[in-house]
Amino acid sequence: MSPPVKLIGAFGSPAVHRAEAALRLKGVPYELILEDLENKSELLLKSNPIHKKVPVLLHGDRTVCESLVILEYIDETFDGPPLLPADPYDRSMARFWAHFIDHKCAKPFMLSMWSEGETQKESMKESKENLAFLEEQLIKRKKRFFGGDSIGYLDIAACGMAYWLGVIQESAGVSLASGEEFPALRRWAEEYTSDEAIKPCLPDRDKLLTHYVANIDKYRLMVKAPPA
Amino acid sequence: MATDVPAVKLIGWYGSPYVHRAEVALRLKGVPYEFIRDDPINKSELLLQHNPIHKKVPVLLHGDRTICESLVILEYVDETFDGPPLLPVDPYERAMARFWAHFIDQKFARPFWMSFWMCEDDEHKEAFVKEAKGNLAILEEQLKGRRFFGGDAVGFLDVAACGLAHWLGVIEEVSGVTLVNGDEFPAFCKWAKAYVNDDTVKQSLPDRDELLAFFSGNKEIYMALARATLHK
Repeated sequence: MSPPVKLIGAFGSPAVHRAEAALRLKGVPYELILEDLENKSELLLKSNPIHKKVPVLLHGDRTVCESLVILEYIDETFDGPPLLPADPYDRSMARFWAHFIDHKCAKPFMLSMWSEGETQKESMKESKENLAFLEEQLIKRKKRFFGGDSIGYLDIAACGMAYWLGVIQESAGVSLASGEEFPALRRWAEEYTSDEAIKPCLPDRDKLLTHYVANIDKYRLMVKAPPA
Repeated sequence: MATDVPAVKLIGWYGSPYVHRAEVALRLKGVPYEFIRDDPINKSELLLQHNPIHKKVPVLLHGDRTICESLVILEYVDETFDGPPLLPVDPYERAMARFWAHFIDQKFARPFWMSFWMCEDDEHKEAFVKEAKGNLAILEEQLKGRRFFGGDAVGFLDVAACGLAHWLGVIEEVSGVTLVNGDEFPAFCKWAKAYVNDDTVKQSLPDRDELLAFFSGNKEIYMALARATLHK
């Protein structure tokens, strides 16, 4: 029998959701240990001394950090529907677009929401271009999900687009796109967030909105500050 | 004897450790390929067409498939072609290799780069050097007395860390900043030597003197970039 699985997470984190979604899709029972990120536990600091971030997967005596690394670990370790496609080229595409989301989309999106003036304007333009790339990828596949007929690695990696994007825009009073734009992404977001395995590990929308509204000054300061 | 036209092409720039990653993976797998040398100052239509998002190298062209991002290319090469595996077999060991490769590209890279190219009298330089050395100590510990990160043979993480094995010494010489020494980082120094002397790796390493001249020639640019990106 496989050793127990614990997941160190925090409320409202899309990175943590990625790990939870993967565990649920594989039917792996796990214990969620919720952290207060303002007051990180010894367990978290000991388990992830390098980044001191969530999620952290604890599988028996193994520790795995970084949400995309966790996704692949879960996929390779546990039985259940595969998260990554079988074909090496399709796998490389999934990895490429997940990397795109984390490294090219994240910063312009944050600046779109929480900066002002010219920076905000340019960031919004860049964010829309990024959304257009993802829209194109979805249309190309002609399927319900990036992963095909069922949710896969890239759908999970893109969870921020499916759920957090709308909430954060509402909290900041900034709209990236009109109701007519990016129809494939909108339809996909609806499908993703209503999936039976995914729904239970999405944070409550009202609570998430409250969280982002309450912290908006902090985020506005964060995007102004030089990197640590 | 008919010459087979390689189905694999690699678009690269001279002197890039990221391009080396892709080349060494192909060589370790025994995959013949055509190297297409691009110019970062004057990027070709071919590059812009095949990597419109990032406009960077390496780009792997395999028949009608295009793969970008060096670590993504490494995994593609490992999964597509026969030959010695680059990633370990065990899922946990694979997770560790991926985590540390990601660490090298994300957390390690910036303080490392800034340590070399910030001006001597810049107040931030010392902090970057401290952070870079801290990161080196972390990697030293990861070697755990093994010849390579991959064990007895060069693997995914060794290839991902190639910049530290070959480029590091060159950059130290050009910048006049020494981060690594055998006393503080003995396992790391042994690893670097073993990596650059590996028979397969050697074939795709740029000549050290040429690399030295290349980096020397660009020194002012790197220093200007370091100043400009301090608060980014």
